[in-house]
Amino acid sequence: MELNSKVPDVPIEQAWDRRKFEMKLVNPANKRKYNIIVVGSGLAGASAAATLGELGYNVQCFCYQDSPRRAHSIAAQGGINAAKNYQNDGDSVFRLFYDTVKGGDFRAREYNVYRLAQLSLNIIDQCVAQGVPFAREYGGLLENRSFGGAQVSRTFYARGQTGQQLLLGAYQALQRQVAAGQVKMYARHEMLDLVVIDGRARGIVTRDLITGRIESYAADLVILATGGYGNVYYLSTNAKGCNATAIWRAYKRGALFANPCFTQIHPTCIPVTGEYQSKLTLMSESLRNDGRIWVPKRKGDTRPPDEIPEDERDYFLERKYPAFGNLVPRDVASRNAKAVCDEGRGVGPGGYGVYLDFRDAIKRLGREVIEERYGNLFDMYERITGEDPYRVPMRIYPASHYTMGGLWVDYNLMSTIPGLFVAGEANFSDHGANRLGASALMQGLADGYFILPYTVGDYLASNKLEKVDTTHPAFRSAEAEVACNIKRLLDVRGSRSVDSFHRELGKLVWDYCGMSRTAEGLKYALKKIPELREQYWREVRVPGESEEFNQSLEKAGRVADFFELAELMCLDALHRNESCGGHFREEYQTPDGEALRNDDEYCYVAAWEYRGEDNAPALHKEPLTFKYVQPAQRSYK
Amino acid sequence: MNLILHVWRQKNAKDPGRMVRYEARNISAHMSFLEMLDVVNEELIARGEEPIAFDHDCREGICGMCGFMINGVAHGPERGTTVCQLHMRHFKDGDELYIEPWRSRAFPVIKDLVVDRSAFDRIIAAGGYISVRTGSAPDANAIPVPKENAELAMDAAACIACGACVAQCPNGSAALFTGAKIAHLGLLPQGQPERDRRAVAMVVQMTKEGFGHCTNIGECEAVCPKEIKLDVIARMHRDYLHAAWTGRQKPGFREDQPAEEPMAGNRR
Repeated sequence: MELNSKVPDVPIEQAWDRRKFEMKLVNPANKRKYNIIVVGSGLAGASAAATLGELGYNVQCFCYQDSPRRAHSIAAQGGINAAKNYQNDGDSVFRLFYDTVKGGDFRAREYNVYRLAQLSLNIIDQCVAQGVPFAREYGGLLENRSFGGAQVSRTFYARGQTGQQLLLGAYQALQRQVAAGQVKMYARHEMLDLVVIDGRARGIVTRDLITGRIESYAADLVILATGGYGNVYYLSTNAKGCNATAIWRAYKRGALFANPCFTQIHPTCIPVTGEYQSKLTLMSESLRNDGRIWVPKRKGDTRPPDEIPEDERDYFLERKYPAFGNLVPRDVASRNAKAVCDEGRGVGPGGYGVYLDFRDAIKRLGREVIEERYGNLFDMYERITGEDPYRVPMRIYPASHYTMGGLWVDYNLMSTIPGLFVAGEANFSDHGANRLGASALMQGLADGYFILPYTVGDYLASNKLEKVDTTHPAFRSAEAEVACNIKRLLDVRGSRSVDSFHRELGKLVWDYCGMSRTAEGLKYALKKIPELREQYWREVRVPGESEEFNQSLEKAGRVADFFELAELMCLDALHRNESCGGHFREEYQTPDGEALRNDDEYCYVAAWEYRGEDNAPALHKEPLTFKYVQPAQRSYK
Repeated sequence: MNLILHVWRQKNAKDPGRMVRYEARNISAHMSFLEMLDVVNEELIARGEEPIAFDHDCREGICGMCGFMINGVAHGPERGTTVCQLHMRHFKDGDELYIEPWRSRAFPVIKDLVVDRSAFDRIIAAGGYISVRTGSAPDANAIPVPKENAELAMDAAACIACGACVAQCPNGSAALFTGAKIAHLGLLPQGQPERDRRAVAMVVQMTKEGFGHCTNIGECEAVCPKEIKLDVIARMHRDYLHAAWTGRQKPGFREDQPAEEPMAGNRR
């Protein structure tokens, strides 16, 4: 299969303008005749649904939560990047583009990233106009800060709740369209299958999570904005309900899955305390602006941190990366934290933690300034751990946070199934092998507010779509498959809970396809995962019935899909014989332990095609070319 | 530690429901309250019983999905904390806890501790936004906002719509929730053109949904996990009265539909 990225053949800075001009427009009077399904109501989904509704399309929007406002974008803390250069510190669209391509370790499509950097400007304008209460300076203008891995201050923020405020902006715009009758919202509905008719995405099958009813919805096209698959690790910073089911079912219906092994482990999360742990909490990476990361120099040093003298502390990031210090990109910070803990120098119970210390910042800036910058984060930390970070250094450890991989999309954000568009974290498009801090919010909103509204119109105007409704046999057969799958899960009536299996799967994936990977480990995982999956289908116990509110059943379906996805992740990680960004293969590293890319053989997007239960997936490659940023060994020294 | 739990079990909206006693054993002080319930649920599943249904998602206190009453207090004994962030170190061995869903006529129970809060979405849909077409915004720095206003707006915008305010209010009022959005948008220059209409439309919708009225008791503020202040209710009343007095309100936002009498709600 040839993967056509459909990137415009013009210089990069003209590409998006050119594409917008090339695209066909839908007659304004005809827009109301088109039905569009949006699955997911996070930044990408809510902004797309609101904007498409505003343009006059009939939109149906689905989310599994009880309200669209609860999508997990809400938990993003640190900020959103934009190349406004309000600080006059040398930022530009090109620099944001350059930083993102480099931060992604040269595994992203240049043209997509450039467009993202361009659109970052519009996003901030849009959000401010909606009333997002970004931080301000005393003169009333917008405040910025520098954020993980950037040497300019281009991050806009609303305390430690930037994601919440941006999502509420999009949610409010969405509710405005709900009131106007342009968007119909289906909360507590989970998409369980994609319906493809004559090779085009024409609808979805959902389960009403209150009544358990299986329902079909038809449309002229489907947009998936269902987020990432970080919960494959069980413990992650994702919300408990975040799942890969929508993108996984789309994959099984023919959409290619790109770079599944590109997952991001966030360096600053609160460490695990016990077996019962249900999720990990992120501490915004903005803390690294003022906090210093260290561990004791000596192995097994159990003294409390304030009794360890300065010369017995190892500020390992500052030592190894003098230019970037504590602000190195996430993958670098995470791997180094793991390395010092593996050496036996980790702190806290279990030894898997490093200190993030504000002592010096408090001394330099005063407690008040620190309180203003990070007050809510410090409160959150204290609430969870019972320790006061103004006095005792925080303990942090990396955790699964974001997945760069996702469904393959072209420049128009369309997958390999015509009529299936994918936005936000659910697609693979802009972050390459590693995402920079404060770029996820930017991508979600760029996709939803500014890209899909154009490309979706082009698709509708360029294709003659037959009228389809839910009486079509394809809906019946998809519904039957969904019902059969549910019945199978309920009928196992085994002895182990869904969570116990998910925890076991998560540990396996974390150990062998987490922060660092080896061919040997991946092969082991590829043997173990199918075994565990078989056991799952033999021994899982899902209490209750299908036709009712049943949270165990919801989880059971999601975990069944995670099993399959985990295998594809390992397969992808095993095939990619190089290290890049979040994908660190121990066999491929420089003498100082940095990721060693192999541009001659692996400078491509790996897109996997489903070929049935009994066949291995097929690998397709989209070669990546770099005309504007020359691939180089990333160096943050 | 070991605890005795009395949990509201209700199979569905039609079931009358009842309290059921459970024992939570070997609970670690580091667990969150929801992790404690996870442990209880794992035991129930092992015994072949149905686990306790409760809403939850982010488990970091920001999505607003979780929440129930613990011994009569919304989100339990810790101030400024949702149940997902409430840790068991605040309880002691042998404690007996009564766990019930949100109490409000406007939040009907779906199952066990899960309630329907869609009324909140409809209040926002009535006017809790600034109408700005995508792509039509001026440069972000074109309108300076005094830092004090931005901070106050952010204080109000921190609301997570969990519903604790309603659940704790003896009147079942949603004034803190509604006031928080009216205050957030009303404090910003961008929010001025629609300020009157917004206040009236949202208050009218709030009344329609069956929420009670605010009589300044202050229970809402006491249990709000985001510590939103009663001031937002004062701002709501002020905006509402201003709109009603000056006659500049247009409830429902649609010129072509007959306007509702703005004070109708208050007279009921």
